[in-house]
Amino acid sequence: MTAFLALVRKDLILYFSDKRALLMHLVLPIVIAAFFGSVFGGGSAKGGGIDVALVQQDTSDAGNRIAAGLKADPNLHVTPMDLAQARDAVRKGTQAIAIVLPAGFAEAAGTAMFSNEDKPAIPLLYDPSQPAVLAMVKGMLTQQVMQVVSAEMFGGPMGKKLTERSLQRLDANNVQDPALRDMLVAVRKYESQPRTEGADGAAPRGLAMPFTTHDEGLTSGPVAQGYNPYAHSFSGMGVQFILFMGVNMGIGMLLARRSGVWDRLLAAPVTLTQVVLARGVSAAIIAFGLLCAIFVVAVLAFHVQISSVPGFVGVALGFGALTAAFGLLVAAFGKTPEAARGIAMFATLIMVMLGGAWVPSFMFPAWVQQLTMVVPTRWAIAGLDDVTWRGLDAAAAAPAVAVLLGFALLFTVAAVWRFKREQA
Amino acid sequence: MSSVLLRVEGLVKSYGARRAVDGVSFQVRTGQTVGLLGPNGAGKSTTVSMLCGLLRPDAGQVLLDGQPVTTGAAGVKRRIGLVPQDLALYEDLSARENLKLFGALYGLKGKALDERIDNVLGLVGLSDRARDKPATFSGGMKRRLNIAAALLHDPDLLILDEPTVGVDPQSRNAIFDTLEALQAQGRALIYTSHYMEEVERLADHIVIIDHGKVLADDSPAALHRKLASKALLRVELAEPAGSDLLDALRTQAGVTALASEGNALDIGLTDNADAVPLLGWLQGQGQRAVHFATARASLEDIFLDLTGRSLRD
Repeated sequence: MTAFLALVRKDLILYFSDKRALLMHLVLPIVIAAFFGSVFGGGSAKGGGIDVALVQQDTSDAGNRIAAGLKADPNLHVTPMDLAQARDAVRKGTQAIAIVLPAGFAEAAGTAMFSNEDKPAIPLLYDPSQPAVLAMVKGMLTQQVMQVVSAEMFGGPMGKKLTERSLQRLDANNVQDPALRDMLVAVRKYESQPRTEGADGAAPRGLAMPFTTHDEGLTSGPVAQGYNPYAHSFSGMGVQFILFMGVNMGIGMLLARRSGVWDRLLAAPVTLTQVVLARGVSAAIIAFGLLCAIFVVAVLAFHVQISSVPGFVGVALGFGALTAAFGLLVAAFGKTPEAARGIAMFATLIMVMLGGAWVPSFMFPAWVQQLTMVVPTRWAIAGLDDVTWRGLDAAAAAPAVAVLLGFALLFTVAAVWRFKREQA
Repeated sequence: MSSVLLRVEGLVKSYGARRAVDGVSFQVRTGQTVGLLGPNGAGKSTTVSMLCGLLRPDAGQVLLDGQPVTTGAAGVKRRIGLVPQDLALYEDLSARENLKLFGALYGLKGKALDERIDNVLGLVGLSDRARDKPATFSGGMKRRLNIAAALLHDPDLLILDEPTVGVDPQSRNAIFDTLEALQAQGRALIYTSHYMEEVERLADHIVIIDHGKVLADDSPAALHRKLASKALLRVELAEPAGSDLLDALRTQAGVTALASEGNALDIGLTDNADAVPLLGWLQGQGQRAVHFATARASLEDIFLDLTGRSLRD
């Protein structure tokens, strides 16, 4: 036991005296997680709104109201521009999309509501790298245009004029459409009625959204304070950089085997299994400590909530064990430090990518999500999500802990087997 | 005669089709220093790995006081100290921290460990550098600390695998002083090297290995006796010798070998005493010796005689 503890102690002293390693595995993940957290909406007054350039060529009252409606939408950040500026901004990526309201658009849209005449087009200039923005802006634009144009058609001066014009056209062209004629007559009668004044003055007549939504972000447990994007970014970056630490540990073992240190350790009255496991235990302690330290910063500086401390400790211990076992695997199967470093770094990046460290795994295609079930980092990140922003308890994180410990056991057994095989 | 401490019996180790160690046998007595000699790739390091229980032999065994030395033989391993060829130190731990770790591996702790650390640091002359990291040491100081780490548990047998590689002459002498102090304590040493002069200085028994096999296993004196040439005479003549003279020289009493290059002659002799009559014979042949020197045959000559190649090949 004295020998085992001495080996563990030695590794801890060596690691914590290495300032470069601490910078790499503690400071860097915090800095990068803070950056990603802010990018995904954390701590920004601007929120997640879409940057939209508006080219308003229709300066009619209705056109102004459409523009005002777009500017008032909290999901959009509207910047007025001329057409050339807007094209340039979208092309350069400084604006995600540009809406061009052509001259006479509102009147043409009103006319098209009750006739088969050509519908006016609204040019939308968008950044092809952000196709999702196009669909979102189309939906918001539809809402604004329908509200303004229908209000105009059912009460505004332009509506009266257009209704008269439409009836005259039916007569002039001898169109046999009694239903359309009856509707236009009814609209003219509705428009000629005196306005009913609401408590707030002139209530706009016309079509309005027949529903509203009540948005509730669901978390559980005692936290229930909503989604904090820093929680996921700290999980992802913590997992990634601590795995790098595991890789470095494995490379360090390969270097030790190349030097005389390995021989000296094994010439002592300790078994190979003891030497390997001591390295694993020290790496697990370091990984656990790093993850805890990273989340202390996340809690104190970025208001990340931990819903279950036992759950968090469980996941951190499971991930610490996994990191250590992964490092042992690198040391056991790596032929040389140089060759092993490249392969191990590649494997780490694949694991953290598929594990959802960069992009949450629910954004992956269904088959990739199924695939990630066999990627241990997915369980680490899911477990950390459970006990942070999802606000779940330790029981919810238990499956993740069990899977992480299972992977750790599997990797350790494989590594020890390989070491022993080489010793023979 | 002292008792046998280590008995090596028919060690065999192969890597694929290549047989690195092929039936190596020898023994080490208590208080004896055995020089394990051989060129690079001869099988010395593989043999050392099996002697320390780092590597499992394909065949044969190593016995320390009758107990087999295996990879899991903790009790026997406590009696062996290994000084690996490469520096086996943690550069970022102080000298004392390094020794603390390696001492703990042998179950030492507390005051006993501290005393042993002070003891071995004094032995290798590094007491005043205990708090410094090896990263700040010279090559020779690192080598001495490397030896100190193997002495903490007071082993009966110390195995040194090329402990002076890359060391300046002054540090080499310091290392030899340490090793001679250990010899004086009656400790058994196995010293592997391809430096003849080191082995000649330290060893009282020599095992020569090449291609994984033991070619010679005897005391230096006995090995010298086996040599056809016990001495060498180097003569520089005023003029190059002709072929008639060389043929006549080969037939002279005591001459066992002859090589010439320009004006120089290298003559192998059965004894140093043959040198004087031979110089007289050369003078009688009208040859004037500008310069001459005699030397005792070295282990290098023994190795050449046994293997046909140099130790540093």
